[in-house]
Amino acid sequence: MADTANPGTPPAAPETTGHEWDGIAEYNNPLPRWWLYTLYATIVWSFGYWVAYPAWPLVSGYTGGVLGYSQRQTVLDEVDAVRRDRNARGQTQLAGASVAEIRADPALLRLALATGKAAFGDNCAACHGTSATGRTGYPNLQDDDWLWGGSPEEIERTIRYGARSGNGEAHVGDMPAFGRDGVLKRDEAEAVASYVLSLSGKPGVAGASLEKGAETFAGTCAACHGETAKGNPEMGAPNLTDPIWLYGSSPEQVVATVMNGRKGVMPAWEGRLDPATIKSLAVYVHGLGGGH
Amino acid sequence: MSLARPTRTVEKATARRAGKFGAAATRTAIPAVTGSLYAARTKIQPQAVRGTFRRIKWALLAVTLVVYYALPFIRWDRGPGEPSQAVLLDLDRGRFHFFSIALWPQDVTYVMGLLILAALILFLMNAVAGRVWCGYLCPQTVWTDLFLAVERLIEGDRRERLKLDAAPWSMEKIALRTMKHSIWLLIAWWTGGAWVLYFADAPTLVVQLATFQAPAPAYVAILTLTATTYLLAGHMREQVCTYMCPWPRIQAALTDEHAYNILYRDARGEPRVSVKQAAALRAVGKPAGDCVDCFACVTACPAGIDIRDGLQMDCIQCGLCVDACDTVMGRLGRPAGLIGYDTEANRRSRAAGRGPVSRIVRPRTILYATLVAGIGGFMLYQLGARSFMGLSVLHDRNPLYVTLSDGSIRNGYTVRLSNKRPGERHYALAVEGLAGARVEVVGGAPGDLPVPSDATQEFRVLVFAAADARPDPSVQLTFHLTDASTGETARAQDTFKAPAP
Repeated sequence: MADTANPGTPPAAPETTGHEWDGIAEYNNPLPRWWLYTLYATIVWSFGYWVAYPAWPLVSGYTGGVLGYSQRQTVLDEVDAVRRDRNARGQTQLAGASVAEIRADPALLRLALATGKAAFGDNCAACHGTSATGRTGYPNLQDDDWLWGGSPEEIERTIRYGARSGNGEAHVGDMPAFGRDGVLKRDEAEAVASYVLSLSGKPGVAGASLEKGAETFAGTCAACHGETAKGNPEMGAPNLTDPIWLYGSSPEQVVATVMNGRKGVMPAWEGRLDPATIKSLAVYVHGLGGGH
Repeated sequence: MSLARPTRTVEKATARRAGKFGAAATRTAIPAVTGSLYAARTKIQPQAVRGTFRRIKWALLAVTLVVYYALPFIRWDRGPGEPSQAVLLDLDRGRFHFFSIALWPQDVTYVMGLLILAALILFLMNAVAGRVWCGYLCPQTVWTDLFLAVERLIEGDRRERLKLDAAPWSMEKIALRTMKHSIWLLIAWWTGGAWVLYFADAPTLVVQLATFQAPAPAYVAILTLTATTYLLAGHMREQVCTYMCPWPRIQAALTDEHAYNILYRDARGEPRVSVKQAAALRAVGKPAGDCVDCFACVTACPAGIDIRDGLQMDCIQCGLCVDACDTVMGRLGRPAGLIGYDTEANRRSRAAGRGPVSRIVRPRTILYATLVAGIGGFMLYQLGARSFMGLSVLHDRNPLYVTLSDGSIRNGYTVRLSNKRPGERHYALAVEGLAGARVEVVGGAPGDLPVPSDATQEFRVLVFAAADARPDPSVQLTFHLTDASTGETARAQDTFKAPAP
């Protein structure tokens, strides 16, 4: 390529920039002057920019600029506006629909599930756990065992009014303290505990008589838990034949339950949460998988 | 600026200086700064030419401009609820529509592939025939050509323009200048106006723009592009190529002696003499070149260079000097082609008295062509094999499993289904890998999961293992998704967790 240079007229001595390194000089190919002026213009512009917009970092914070512009705040405001608008529309729709209607409408169902999930984390997770698996004394909402009924409507009612919450509409029904109240003696309690454990194939108290336990169960417990010990959601009496035990399934724990009774409280959320949120929670909890 | 200046020129210059100042002087001599580092731009007023390359350039200019301005108005039916514009960059919905192809944001790899292809095609073009892109196809060249044509139409050809530049301000000059800049601004505005039509439904946006109801960003984009088009094509022109574009430098590094470039055939042209002198010289048997030093090639050049100095970085290889020279040679009755597409190897071969050499097929062109074909083919294959449905499965993090009252085990999954086709689709979901497994979908049925047109939908899926199944603590599950109407399938893997026995 270099040889292409016109051999007829040797090029004139090229201008250089006056810089030389190890005998290598740099040609002076003058840049257009507007290019230099553009550089100056951007420098001038930057001063204006520093004044108008956030620019310099300080020890704690930064120079905010007289326009008070913040990209982060702009985004937050936009997100907030969208959320407010969406919530307002969604809340109206949810508030106006029944739980059954919500579940029948795919769009509304999605909204309710999302709303319910958020509300669950804020209000319910403290007792029932972030993934609704509960713990001793606080029911697991993932499984299909429900003290007060597992239909969406029943779940909604339980959330709204609670259980033993003091609300006039709340679920009532206690597990009495049979031992403390002098109804059952220790050996009778051990026998009846061993009997109900045997219904789901679990070991009872060593040496306790299952026949005696069955007799006691029929006389004392069947009124609430039923003849077959399948429980009664009207009274919050749990099914004693399944492998799910709210207060533990060791013989000691069951004996303690019989002796001292249980009075777990589910607060009433009516008044604390709006109806749309309560319905959403019911849909969400039911949708965890265990709902009937 | 000029690539043509060989390094030995410096040696020569140093040698000359050595002769002047003596050997001792060269050792410490630092060449003086002989001029400013900045210079005012010399305005280039190219002469109009006629010829083959000019015709090719007019044709390509017409084609590229028609494509640019008309493309947004081509309709393409994609069904109800879908945009019916053939080429549309739908930023709001995150879709790029190109006729029957719809790219989603996750398909951005195709854009990356296209850029790689574009670079390789540039390399290939350069290895075969130099700066084909720069000279004929680059928007900077096309629009500059267009603006030059307007300038020529209003102010006349080179001579009239130079006269007008030198003339004092008069009513006529003001009128001509006003008309020129108005038309330039109109074209620039039109350019920006067409640009925004690629981002929204074109006919709708045209009406909105005309009635001042278009969104603010559309007006801002039009104003910005009006300004840049007017500046780049009207005022900056060749400076964009020389000072702003990186490609000339890359081209200089990539070219070789077998690449065709626009070259001055100096063996034939030198020494430059007038027609009369040439006749006189030849009569006495002395050499005389065909170049009559008429400067037609220089005045025709939109980059303002002298092609006879050899291949240069500023040269966009538009071929207009070829047309200019061929016209002169034709008038003189000499053969055309004193300037033309040629290779350095050819030039050397001719100088050595050998025949022409042409090696278009050589390792680098084979490599570039193979890469272009390979990557292009791979992308086409990917595009063809691209799935229009998607399935992703996420196991519940907590609880891993739930024991139910009848002793059966339940696992929960978040399943996301995507539908990349227009129109609602109904999928069927099935699970394989766990004998007797039962599948439930919250708020739906596994056999009929609706996903709206061009969207994704999330479902909560529950898988049950019967109490007597007693699965291992971790079982591999395969989720199968089927679209019965098209027969398309998708699958995903996950696990089913159970308590340790």
